[in-house]
Amino acid sequence: MELKEKLVSSFLAFESTVDTKSTVHDIRTKAIKDFEAFGFPTKKVEAWKYTSLKNVLKNDFALFSKNEVAIEYKDVKKYFVHDLDTYKIVFIDGVYSSHLSSTTHDKFDVCLMSSALTQNRFKAVIDVYFNKVAKQDGLVSLNTAYSKEGAYVYLPKNVAADKPIEVVHFSTGSETAMLLQPRNLIVVEDNSEVTIIERHQSLSKNKTFTNSVTEIYAGKNAHVDYYKIQNDTTNASLIDNTFTEQHDHSVASVHTFAFGGEITRNNLNFTQKGQGIDSILNGVTILEGKTHVDHNTLVEHTEPNCESHQDYKGIFDEKSVGVFNGKIIVDQIAQKTNAFQSNNNVLLSDKATVNSKPQLEIFADDVKCSHGCTIGQLDESALFYLKTRGIPEKEGKALLMYAFANNVLDSVKIPQLKNRINALIAEKLGVSIGFDL
Amino acid sequence: MSKYTEDDLKKELETKEYEYGFYTDIESDTFPVGLNEDVIRAISAKKNEPEWLTEWRLDAFKIWSEMEEPEWANVNYDKPDFQAISYYSAPKKADPNKTLDDVDPELLATFEKLGISLDEQKKLSGVAVDVVVDSVSVATTFKKTLAEKGIIFCSISEAVKDYPELVKKYIGSVVPKTDNFYAALNSAVFTDGSFCYIPKGVRCPMELSTYFRINQSGTGQFERTLVVADESSYVSYLEGCTAPSRDENQLHAAVVELIAMDDAEIKYSTVQNWFPGNAEGKGGVFNFVTKRGICENNAKISWTQVETGSAVTWKYPSCILKGNNSVGEFYSIAVTNNYQQADTGTKMIHLGKNTKSTIISKGISAGKSQNSYRGLVQISPRATNARNFSQCDSLLMGNECGAHTFPYIEAKNKTAQIEHEATTSKIGEDQIFYCNQRGIDTEKAIALIVNGFSKEVLNKLPMEFAVEAQKLLEISLEGSVG
Repeated sequence: MELKEKLVSSFLAFESTVDTKSTVHDIRTKAIKDFEAFGFPTKKVEAWKYTSLKNVLKNDFALFSKNEVAIEYKDVKKYFVHDLDTYKIVFIDGVYSSHLSSTTHDKFDVCLMSSALTQNRFKAVIDVYFNKVAKQDGLVSLNTAYSKEGAYVYLPKNVAADKPIEVVHFSTGSETAMLLQPRNLIVVEDNSEVTIIERHQSLSKNKTFTNSVTEIYAGKNAHVDYYKIQNDTTNASLIDNTFTEQHDHSVASVHTFAFGGEITRNNLNFTQKGQGIDSILNGVTILEGKTHVDHNTLVEHTEPNCESHQDYKGIFDEKSVGVFNGKIIVDQIAQKTNAFQSNNNVLLSDKATVNSKPQLEIFADDVKCSHGCTIGQLDESALFYLKTRGIPEKEGKALLMYAFANNVLDSVKIPQLKNRINALIAEKLGVSIGFDL
Repeated sequence: MSKYTEDDLKKELETKEYEYGFYTDIESDTFPVGLNEDVIRAISAKKNEPEWLTEWRLDAFKIWSEMEEPEWANVNYDKPDFQAISYYSAPKKADPNKTLDDVDPELLATFEKLGISLDEQKKLSGVAVDVVVDSVSVATTFKKTLAEKGIIFCSISEAVKDYPELVKKYIGSVVPKTDNFYAALNSAVFTDGSFCYIPKGVRCPMELSTYFRINQSGTGQFERTLVVADESSYVSYLEGCTAPSRDENQLHAAVVELIAMDDAEIKYSTVQNWFPGNAEGKGGVFNFVTKRGICENNAKISWTQVETGSAVTWKYPSCILKGNNSVGEFYSIAVTNNYQQADTGTKMIHLGKNTKSTIISKGISAGKSQNSYRGLVQISPRATNARNFSQCDSLLMGNECGAHTFPYIEAKNKTAQIEHEATTSKIGEDQIFYCNQRGIDTEKAIALIVNGFSKEVLNKLPMEFAVEAQKLLEISLEGSVG
């Protein structure tokens, strides 16, 4: 049976496991109909021109995990930023793991989507924010139809989260192929602040396909700092749909560190609804082997005096494929917009491919918008200089790559996380530089 | 060409309507509207074409019938009804043995109005002009001078008769019949166009030029241009378009094919000024053009275009850099005003080693117009040391227009070096204030700034064209400030 048919026909079975009386029920029912109409995107769709899901969708995915697998913290410690005190929301094969997690309801809520969707005290928030920011396409509708579990973070007005929140999804390979559909909702009301670190990790060689949707709402003067670490195995594919809505003077930044995965697609959407907003989209992609990462960003400037900054760096070796598809839309009333987009790539192998499509759609005249895109190699003379100073070629190359990605790494505000990312990059490049950068 | 002064501009600005919007009453030999195999056979018969070409056209028609009109471009318009167009229209008095004296005096007067008096052109600027009115070439000058060098420059229908082996070999070799909807349509129904062949080692001594116009109401124009530059030759080719003011939309679907063999160089310049529709966006020409060139080893193709006209423009002059060390260039200014829509750009396909390409695109949008740059830079796995530089700048005038950039960059070789940058801005109030201070009024200041903005591209045009282009820019943007 085709995956699409399987998903549509399994919907009723899924519905019976959740509360059908809640308002979310109607949203789910509509969403499955939308998915039936949209289907999965194909390469014929302009936004999916360079990324094909065909091979991923061929697998016979299990939609629900039958077995419960317990994981010991010591086995997975390395996937957390363990030297940092954080709230943790951990899922194993899509099921919440209470003994790995650490949640709170003190002053603000860090808990589960399943509770938020079913318990009455969250209803007011769910009614206002759930499935409001997300734009419906095939994959988002599919996720909405099966929305049940994920991270729920709610900060009322004037609250700063006292420590970062880690959201980690493990897949254990309890099924030969598993489809996971986490649904996250992050609501940060006026004058509040939160930092979130998200990671998807597959612990076995079995296929995993994650279709995740995250909705972020940033109220007036709110600060949201979101880090995504994508360093999965070549058996895991991830489609990350993130939608951010921002209001007056809020600052939202999403940093994506993509180091692996069979196919990783980041659909990152920012809608600015107010003035004085700053949106920051940063990304470092370092790939080798047969991996594919596609960054698809959309920033919509709908009101005057806002800014957006996009900076994506990519290093591609072996047979890896990198795609950048960025779009900035400036509406007619969005005067005095400053929108910048930069995509720099280094190709290290003849089998590697970079496809870049930085787009601007501008309807206002008093704006400063620019984009730049480069594809090139490491500077031979710089490499030679390092060699003459006794730094071997491999380390020299790594140093240059660090330098290349540095201004994105600099934007990481948590030192422990920055160290972790540096360590990941060093591991990726196969070097030990011997000092902290 | 006499010097163009500010007073001339002022005079022109007073007449706000489309400058070249007149209509010459010439009796035309026009086919009834509609398109089917019989019409194609009739066109072919009318032009005494050989069997193979008739078959080629019919094949193209078959391909076209199965194709759908593309919708990916960032333009909105009412689709033309292809069955409501007459596919052949020729001035009746066209004589196969034409000389300048044989040309209809009324036509000559039209050209004079356009400022391209043949006599004057002949004497003063040394440009050979293959004048095309409603699809049939009516005058070819300087043919003799060119013939001495072995250069063939004639209408494509003459070429079909006189040099069938050349035409047969190269037609459709760069833009195949199956390429796209409009190229297929053109292949089926093209009525005339220019053919140019430069033999080995010859440097064409003058700029070759054709003028296209649409004159007969309700006739589409389907030009076919084929330029072949043999080894180590050089040619600079100019193409300019003007069309009269008309209410219903007119369709223009041309195909231009350039072939630059080893060490050859082709410079192809266009000034396009078809009727853009009036200030309410009514009328205007649909310009759906397929232009492509292929470069062999060490060859170079350079496209320069100034696009100011047409209600809808859909045009991507491209270079296939097949040979090693070949070079492709694209310099473009696209100006849109009122309700005009332009979706234009280029494709640079790097196949050979050490290939280089440069893209400079300047978009200026005013009024309620939409101006898009759409380009592709593709580096194939074997194209080592490929180099590309692209720059797309947009200038917005007024807050009701739009400027868009859709670049596609695909690199499959690690030695590729690609740079792309784009900016969007408006004319600064401080810049205008500075000019005002020095006694330059706002309208002129804008013309000055726009000229500076487009300088990089204007510099690439041959002299005669550069003057005309500057004039066009000023006229197109007139009234867009305030």
